[in-house]
This record gives sequence, structure tokens and C-alpha cells, in this order.
Amino acid sequence: MIDRRLLVHFDWVIFLLATSLSIIGIINIYSATMMDSNTNLYEKQLIWFLIGLAFLSLVTFINYIHLERLAYPIYILSITLLLITLIFGHTASGAKRWLNLGFVSFQPSEFAKIAIIIILAKYFSTTRIPLKGLSLKGLVWPSVLAFVPCILIAKQPDMGTAIIAFFIFASMVIFAKVRVKVLVGIILVSLPLIPITWRFLKDYQKARLMSFLDPTLDPLGTGYHILQSKIAIGSGKILGNGFTHGTQGQLRFLPEHHTDFIFSVLAEEWGFIGSFTVLTLYLSLVLWGLNIAQNAKDKLGAFLAFGVSAMFMWHIVINIGMVTGMLPVVGVPLPFMSYGGSFLLTTMIGAGILTNISMRRFMF
Amino acid sequence: MSIYLGNNKPGELKTRLYVATGIAISLFFLLAIRLWYFQIFKGTEFKELSENNRVRLVRESAPRGLILDRTSKIIVENRPAFHLAIIPEDVKDWSKIKRVLPNIISITENDIETKVSKANNRPSFQAIKLKDDLTWEEIARIETFRLDIPGIVLTIEPRRIYPFGNTVAHIIGYLGEIDERQIKKLKKANYIPGDFIGKYGIEYQLEKYLRGMNGGRQIEVDAMGREIKLLKKITPIQGYHVHLTIDLDTQLAASAAMQDKVGAVIALDPHNGKILASVSAPSFDPNSFAAGIDKEQWNNLITNPFHVMEAKTIQGQYPPASTFKIITAAAALEDAVITPSTKIYAGESFWFGNKEFRDWKAGGHGIIDVHRAIVESSDTFFYQVGLKLGIDRLAYYAKGFGLGRKTGINLINEKPGLIPSSKWKKDTYGTKWYEGETISVSVGQGYVTTTPLQILNAYAAIANGGKLYLPQLVNMVETQAGQIIWSFAPQEIGRIPVSPSHIKILQDALKGVVNEEGGTGQIVRLPGIVVAGKTGTAQVVKLKENSPRRKPKDTPYEQRDHAWFVGFAPVENPEIAVAVIVEHGGFGAEAAAPVAREVIKAYLKSKLKPETIIPKLEENIQIDIYDSETTTSDDTVAGEPNFND
Repeated sequence: MIDRRLLVHFDWVIFLLATSLSIIGIINIYSATMMDSNTNLYEKQLIWFLIGLAFLSLVTFINYIHLERLAYPIYILSITLLLITLIFGHTASGAKRWLNLGFVSFQPSEFAKIAIIIILAKYFSTTRIPLKGLSLKGLVWPSVLAFVPCILIAKQPDMGTAIIAFFIFASMVIFAKVRVKVLVGIILVSLPLIPITWRFLKDYQKARLMSFLDPTLDPLGTGYHILQSKIAIGSGKILGNGFTHGTQGQLRFLPEHHTDFIFSVLAEEWGFIGSFTVLTLYLSLVLWGLNIAQNAKDKLGAFLAFGVSAMFMWHIVINIGMVTGMLPVVGVPLPFMSYGGSFLLTTMIGAGILTNISMRRFMF
Repeated sequence: MSIYLGNNKPGELKTRLYVATGIAISLFFLLAIRLWYFQIFKGTEFKELSENNRVRLVRESAPRGLILDRTSKIIVENRPAFHLAIIPEDVKDWSKIKRVLPNIISITENDIETKVSKANNRPSFQAIKLKDDLTWEEIARIETFRLDIPGIVLTIEPRRIYPFGNTVAHIIGYLGEIDERQIKKLKKANYIPGDFIGKYGIEYQLEKYLRGMNGGRQIEVDAMGREIKLLKKITPIQGYHVHLTIDLDTQLAASAAMQDKVGAVIALDPHNGKILASVSAPSFDPNSFAAGIDKEQWNNLITNPFHVMEAKTIQGQYPPASTFKIITAAAALEDAVITPSTKIYAGESFWFGNKEFRDWKAGGHGIIDVHRAIVESSDTFFYQVGLKLGIDRLAYYAKGFGLGRKTGINLINEKPGLIPSSKWKKDTYGTKWYEGETISVSVGQGYVTTTPLQILNAYAAIANGGKLYLPQLVNMVETQAGQIIWSFAPQEIGRIPVSPSHIKILQDALKGVVNEEGGTGQIVRLPGIVVAGKTGTAQVVKLKENSPRRKPKDTPYEQRDHAWFVGFAPVENPEIAVAVIVEHGGFGAEAAAPVAREVIKAYLKSKLKPETIIPKLEENIQIDIYDSETTTSDDTVAGEPNFND
């Protein structure tokens, strides 16, 4: 299967971006957790990174054309795993997100995002889309495909991942083209639904949203975390406090300093130079991904590459928006950098899909 | 693969990708602006915040709600207490602290070290308590030296006080420091280590009302850890006030009457089940828990041979003895084993098989009806009646009076007591029931046990015409603003299976016990108030066949009988029902009845007729009754009674 021409066209840009961001992540996890009781998290992340590289290569060398056939099996497997998680998953801090396999536990909701991208890419690349764009009727099936996993994820509850999954769906639908009338109509109808959704949120989720809208409401809880995150980022100034010299991150002022708030640790220790550099790397990743979509040899490739790029972009924008106090704290991790095996694997698989499409762009 | 860009106009997907690129670039641009704003434009400001002026959270504990009696007299309140604490991050010189502190207050270097090392898992900049409840003198000394030893802080916290000490202890309960397990269990309620939580009694049962809402302050502190600016504050909200059904005067009278005795007193309003007084003796002082009790004190309490920590009112399971005869009587009347006018020969002893069951009264009672049998507390009368009924009918009625199961009062560890039946014995011992055992049960001995509260509730039902109410302790729960969150409503949990006419006969008989010639409870008589009730003397050890019953003073303490009195007053329209048990007190009339008398007197004091002869009468009766129970009114002084009075 592996053609020599493939290796020649291997997409080193994606590979290098993924690798360097992961290593930056491991360095910051080391610094963030050095004062904690559990200081070997960076080693675990390193192992996950190596496993992730293996996954990246594996995904790269299996022609994505097969994904069209595999889309439904992957999708159904993913839904099954989500259901199993809801029933048998183990609960950590009020949410059932983890599936224990004995030697390792993982989060099916992370992989579900990839499943959604694949199924939608298959759907949009094989369905005839009217010239004026998708009608309301045309939207029904893709919506069902996306909302089933979305609801299962929200039920865990894992609002952050559910929101990302929804954003991926919305991006891909709009990319496939929707009639302007339908789009406007949906937005007008959804607005009144917001107060209804509110009633289904958990108390801590409401608290987070409220304290985002008005930080004075909860100065001792979530509001305090956001403030501490801002202080951490701001106090990094231009050059930063230096590696392992951040006080905010290490002294437990920051909650989740090695997962959702890892960017604050980076910004505190590496300053604007560091945070801007990383931001540029991320932008390059997203733009390169869109470029791969642009040059893909077929519609399936274009939709896949677009979906993965959208996933990366929303993760990055929402996470950094959240730690800088621009968006509510919804628990969205930062690709490649946040601690967590399932999430790192998912992003690596995403990167693998991009390289896969990229190096087959000339193969007809 | 010729479906490239398929049915879309060529380039349309490409155009949309350009738009997507534009959106991505602008979103990232926004993020970059935000970073620039924080890190460069406001960088210096944030740097200062993180370096010198740390933003900290200081918790402010809410004072717990007050606990009041039914007339709104305060039973439990709070006072401010000062604690010495340390914030290790602010400490500049540990050796100086360890040198200075032991010199100005009573604390050892060792104390400081253990306290600090114990708290290694706390969030940064959270104070560790070193010594609590400082005296004014200590506070003044700390204030003087505070600036020399940065890291030291004084914190103020409300502290629970129980002005009535051990007199209401088993009802009120006590507080203790929350443990890890509870913190996990009550995760939503946001407790943190070091918080106090109700561990027992009302403090435990009504924790969620009493606790209040802790507040806190978000403050900026300088490099020395001193507060320099209050950023935000949430004022703690005191917990809700809990008004009990307890009548403090009655409670205190009951507690005083139980001084130096072991046992329990419990009183309630027969018309609704409101507990008016509840004493378990000996008692403990909840104040000793308010600051966290030390191991030694705790061990002393739990190893006390008189079971200090046990609420004997609901946990003590005693043979009900003669107080049970009223149930045997009710059962016999209802099952028509006897009629109100049936007369039976109740002699000195009753022979069953080749076994002699004796009456407490030498010479017996002659030929008597059920009324006199209760008044004189005849044993042989009820042996015969009980035997005719059989154990299972007896058990049916006893259960109908609420015995043998928990009353359901909202307190932990209530015990159910035991009402035996033939099925019970089969299940428990695998053997059949012997009729001889029925004889013991019919006078409240043998396997049967009840808690004081159960027997009280049974009598309250007789007093109010047949209704069993759920005993309750809380009148209402009220917010600081006076809004009522919860208020008392009587809850009927059953009716005794006795017809109104038979209830009347029981009431009359209980009235006779106190008010008729030959009654065993005459000591309880009060001027102006007609009291009804029943005495009981519960055997603790099985006496050898036919061995004479010994006088209490001739018996080793732990072999002495338990003394009972259960009754209500005034007979016409009962306002209070009371049960008293004095462990190893000897005869019921002698040890328990005077306690009941004091309790009724305290509660119905407005109805008492002032009679100058009261003290004299009291003495006389005491002697009279003692005589009537032990030597009897007959001249024949035979062997002393063998069973119940």
C-alpha cells in the first residue's frame, strides 16, 4: 500500500507543529505540577505523546478513502462507547466521563469528535447539495448524526466537549452551504430556547456562566479562578518569570493548572513572547489545515481536513478565550498542551488525518 | 475519482475556505490583542498583584442558629472566640516564631510543628489554627508581638455555648470537627476541614437549618500577609433559629429530679406528641465538645459505666414491668376474656403446672375486678388473664400500642424494644413458646422490653382517647427575618385497638392508682391536679425460685430493680404525659414516682393549689407507700413479694 511517492509528500509542517506543541505542553506540565503531590504527570504525558505519534503515523498511512466505508462502523462504535460510559463509566467530580479498561481509562467523548467529523465528511461529500444550499429538510439527517453523540456527551455531563462537537457540526454544515433563509430562521428560533436550556444546566455550570457574566457574583469561587488566571497571564509581562518560576501556577492559585489552565502557566513563565509564539504556532496549524482542505483531491478530503481544522480552531479559541476571561469557563482543553491521554490521542489522530489527506493530494 | 468538487460550482468550496481562513485569522488576532492587553499594557499592574499583593480568600464562619424552647427561652447560643493561626507562606523566620510564641501564650514548640505538618495539604495562604479560644490576656500579648513575627494572625469565629450544660444534653446534642468522610458525603454543602458540624441530637438532625451560610472576604494582602484592601465580601448569614417543643422549666425540673440517679425522664403533650422534657441521666456537658473534645475526655465519656452518651429515653430497653399491665388489661377487655365487672380471685400466688408464680403482695388481693387489679397492681390477677389471652393476642395488642417498634422520633439510634410472640421465639431460638412464659409477659417481664418513650406514647394514647402521635421535638424553624421555614404539625401514627368505653375504664383505673385507697402511686398526688399513672418495678436479675424479694438497700446496686412510673395529668383533659425510669432505683413508687411528680408540678405549676401542708404530705406518703408495698396493710408479714409491685 505504501507508495514511495507518499513519503516524498509527507506533510512535515503538521508533524513538526504537533510535535513542538506537544513538547511545549510537556515542559509546562512539568513546571505546573512540580509543587503538587503528584509530580510525574509530565512523564505520563510524554508516554501519551509517544503513543500519539504512533497513532499519527498509523492514521497517516491508511488511505483516508477507506474512511468513507468505515464512517458508519466508526460512528456506531463511538455511540456504543458513549452509551457504555453513561452506564458503566466511573464518576469523577460529579461527571461520568471515563471508561475503565483496567490498565488505562479513557474518555470516549474525545474520540466521538473524530467520529462526528468523519461521518459528516462522508455525508456531505456523497450527498448532492442543492445550488442554493441545504434546505431545512436537508439538514435533518446531518443534525441527527451530530446531535446523538452531542446529547450523550452533554449527559455525562461534559459541556466543554459537547460545545466543541456542536461547533464542529455547525462549521461543517455552513461549509457545506446552508440556505441563508434557513440559517437566519434557525438562529431566530434558537434564541428563545436559551432560557429553557438554562434549566437543564447543573448548578456548577450555572455558577460558571453567571460568574462569567458578572464576576462579582461569585468572588470566592469561579470568579476567583478567572481572576487568578488573569493575574498569572498578566504578571508574565513581556519576557515571563522564567521556566518553573511562575508563582501563580505553582502555588495552587490556579485551578486545573496542568489541564484547562495550562496556557496561563505558559503565559506567566514565558511572557508575551512565549504566549504569542505558541498562538502563532496554533494559527499556523489551523491555516495549514485549511490549506490542506483547499488542495485536497476530493470532496471527502476537503471536508475531513476542514472538520479537523475547525475542531482545532474551536478548541484553541475557546480555551484561550476562557483563561483570559473572554469566555465562560466551560472546561475545554488546549490541543497538544493540556494534560490528558485521551485528548492528546484525539488531537494526534486529527493531525494524522491532515497529513494523510495532505500527502495524497497528488494521487489520483 | 472524478467527483472532484462534485456538483458544487468549482471554486465555491474554495471561496468558503478563504472565508474560513479569514475568520480564523481574526479570531486569533483577537486573542493576541487580549494577551497584549494583559501582558504588556497591564502587565506591570498584574505583576504587582501577583508579587506583593496577593489576593486571598478568608472564610468567615456563619454563627449557627439559636435553639430555643417552646416559650422562646434561649437554650443554645453563640459567642465570639479568638483563635491564633499561622500562614506559613508569610512566615519570615520560623525559629523566631518557635522561640517567641511559647513565651507569650501556652503553646509548645512541638504543638506548632505538629499542627503545621498536619496541614500540609491545605490550599496556599490558608491559615492553620494553632490555638483556639484565646483569653483576653493572650490576645493582648499576641497583638503586641504580631508585627515582630509575621505569619501570625488572629481569627475570630463564633463559638457555640450551651448555658444549661448537661441538663438538655441528649436532646441538643453536640458539635464536632467534620471528618473526611462527611466532607465527601456532603460535598455539595461545601464543608472544609476544621469546620464544625452537628454530630448528635438536634445539632445533628437540623444541621442544614442551623448551619447558616459561611461568608468570606476576598482581600489583598501585603508582603507581610496583612490585609491592605477588602476587594469583595460576602457577609456570613446566621443559621435559622430552631424552636423546640421542650419546655425549659419542665426540662430543668426533670433534670434536677434525676440528680444522682441513673435513668430517664420523658414527657410529652398527649394531644399532639410534642416532647416537653427529655432527660437521660447521667449526662454530659456539650460545652466540652464545642472546641473539639480531646481523646482522654472522650474516652472517659464513652467508658463511663452508666452509659453517659446513651439517650436512655429512646435507647434504653427495659422490661416495662407493671406498667405493661394496662396493656394486658386492655387486651383482656377487648378480647372479652374478662368484662369490666368480672371478678377473679387474685391470691398470694398462682400455680401453673408445678410452678408457683407469686404476687408481690403477701396475702394477695382477694377477689377483685380489673379496676382494682390495676389500682393495686395485682400480679396473680394478670397472670391468669394473660394466660387466657395467650402470647400472640397479647403481642397483637402490645404492638397496637406502638410497642416493639421505633416510634419514629427524629433522633438517631432509637431502639425498637421487643414484643415477643410465638413466631418470634420460633424464629429466634427455634423452640416453641411455653405458656409459663406468657405469665411473665403479662406482667411486663420475661422477654418483653420497651424504651421509656414507647411506653410513654402508649400511655399518652390512653390519655387522649386512643391516638398514637409521632413524638416530635421541633415546634418551628424560623429565619433571622422571622420567616417560618418549617412548623409543627401533629402526625397521627396509629390508634390503639381499644374501644372508647374500655379506654375510659383504663383511664379510671390509672386515676385510681394515684387517688384511691390501696393504690400504688399515691405519692404522685398533687393539690389541685388529678394525676393518673402506673408504677412498675422491673426485675433486673432472675431471682431464685421463691427467694424473697430483697429491699433495695440490702441488694448490690447492679442487682437492684428498675423503678418505673408512667402517667398523665390532669386526668380530665391531660396536658402532660410523663414516663420515668430509675435504673436500679428499687420500687417504682419510691424512686420513680417522686420524679414524675416534680415534672408534672413544674409543667402545671399554674394549676397547683397552694397548700401549706404539701411538704408534710410528701413525707407521709413516702413512708406510707413504702409500707404498703413492702409490708402491706395486712398484719401478716410473710415472705416479701417475689414479682412486681
